[in-house]
Amino acid sequence: MTRLLTAQPALTNAEDVLAEDSKGRRKLLLQIAVVAAIVIVSLWMTGMLDRSRLTSGLPAIGILGTEMFPPDFGRWRDWVGPLVETLAMSIAGTALAVALSLPLGFLAARNTSPNKVIYQVSRVVLNTLRSIPELIMGIIFVAAVGFGMLPGVLALGLHSVGMVGKFFAEAIEHAHPAPIEATEASGATSMQVILHGVLPQVFPQFADVSMYRWEYNFRASTVMGMVGAGGIGTELVGSLRLLDYPQVSAVLLVILACVTVVDILSNMLRAKFR
Amino acid sequence: MDGEVTVLLGPSGAGKSTLLRTLNLLTQPSAGHIVTSAGQQLKSRRDIRFHRRDTAMIFQQHQLIGRLSALRNVLMARLGRHSVWSSLAGFSRAEKHLALESLSRVGLFDKALTRCDSLSGGQQQRVGIARALTQEPKLILADEPIASLDPASSDRVMKILRDVCREDRIPVIVSLHQLDFAKAYADRIIGLCDGDIVFDGPPSALDNAALSRIYGAPADTTN
Repeated sequence: MTRLLTAQPALTNAEDVLAEDSKGRRKLLLQIAVVAAIVIVSLWMTGMLDRSRLTSGLPAIGILGTEMFPPDFGRWRDWVGPLVETLAMSIAGTALAVALSLPLGFLAARNTSPNKVIYQVSRVVLNTLRSIPELIMGIIFVAAVGFGMLPGVLALGLHSVGMVGKFFAEAIEHAHPAPIEATEASGATSMQVILHGVLPQVFPQFADVSMYRWEYNFRASTVMGMVGAGGIGTELVGSLRLLDYPQVSAVLLVILACVTVVDILSNMLRAKFR
Repeated sequence: MDGEVTVLLGPSGAGKSTLLRTLNLLTQPSAGHIVTSAGQQLKSRRDIRFHRRDTAMIFQQHQLIGRLSALRNVLMARLGRHSVWSSLAGFSRAEKHLALESLSRVGLFDKALTRCDSLSGGQQQRVGIARALTQEPKLILADEPIASLDPASSDRVMKILRDVCREDRIPVIVSLHQLDFAKAYADRIIGLCDGDIVFDGPPSALDNAALSRIYGAPADTTN
C-alpha cells in the first residue's frame, strides 16, 4: 500500500486523482472482504456456525455450572503451599526466560546482530522454542529431571524465551537510530553501543514484555500441574479427577484472585520502569 | 476581525496556546466563558461541536495521520458535517473536489495521494492548512504553525495564511515566537505575559517599551 501510494506518476487532473483515490479505497475494501471470507470459512469449518450443536451444549454447561456452585473452600489450608510453589515457579521461569532472551534478542535483531547467519540462527531458535507447547516441554522435562517444580520452571522458562526474545528483538529493531549514532560518534565499542545507546531506549518495552510474561507464566504454571510439575495445578487436576466440582470452582476462584494480584503488581512495576 | 491576521506574541508559558485552545474549547476555561460572534454561550456538547465545525485549528505538530494520504487527511475536515455512518460510507464528490482545491491552494495538488509521513515538515504543515480550509471555517486558529519549520517554509506558510485571510475574509488568529514574522504578517498584535494582555495594537505600535512589557527585560528577547 505504501509503495503504491508514493510511486504514483504525477496526476494533473482532479478526476484522475479522485479515480486513483477510489481505486485505493476499492482495493482496501477487497482486502477486507478477503479477510472476512477467510474468517467466515474458519467459523464454518470449526462448527461455530452450527447453531443446533451450540444451543444443545448450553444446558450441559448450565448443569456443570450448578454442580460447581457453591464453591468449596474447605481445604484452603492445603492450597497455600502449592500457591507459593506456583508463584515461585512463575518468577523463576520468567527470570530464566529474560536471562536467555537478553542475549538472544540482541542476536536476533537486524540492527545489533553481528552477522546474517547468527541473525537467522537466532530467529530459528526463537521460533523453535515458541512452537513447542509448554505442556510438551513439561512432559519432556518431567521425564528428564523427575516430578516437582524444577521441570515446570525449565518448561515455562524455555517456552517463554520464544516469545520474550522475539519481542525484545522487535523492540531493539524499533529503537531510534539517532541516539545510537551519537553513541557510535563518541568512539564507543559495539558492546558499549548496545549497553548505553540501545538498552536505555528499549528498557521500558523489555520491562513491559517481562511483566506481561510473568503474569502469563503464573497462569500457565497452573496447567503445568497436569503433567506433574507441582503447584496449584496439581490440586486443580486432583479435584477434577475426583469430579469434586465445588472444589474445582474454589481453586479456579483462588487462581483468579492470584492472577488479579499478579496483574496489579506487574502494572505497578511497569509504571515504575517508564 | 474580518479578514484580519491577529498574532499572539509572548514568551513560552505566557498562555498563547491556552488562549487558542480555549477559543475552540479543546481546553476548558477555569473561569469565565467563550461567547461566539452570534452572542451564544457554548453549553451543550452539541453547541461545542457546531462551534468547532466553524473554527478550524492548525497545530504546531501538524497532527496528521502519517499512514494516510494527504487527501484522506484533508477530508477529515468534513467529519463535522457527517454522521458516524455517512463518514464511514465515504465523502461526497463535491467534498473531494473541495479537498483537492484546498491542496492545490497550498501548492500540494501533486502530493494528494502521497502518504503524509513521507512529506517534509513544511509540506505537512501545508496539508494542515489545506485541512483547515476544507473545513470552510468562519475562523482559523493556528497554534505556532511555523515553530518547527525552516525560514523559507515559514515564509510560505505565513503567506498562505495571510492570503486565505484576505481572499476568503476569514479571520486568522496565530500564535508566533518569531518577532520578525509577527511584524511582517500581522494586522494586529496581542502581547501576552503570564496570562495577561500587556499589548494590543498594530505592528507599528510595537515599540521597545511594549516588547519589554511582553518579554520582560530586553536581554530576554533572545531566547
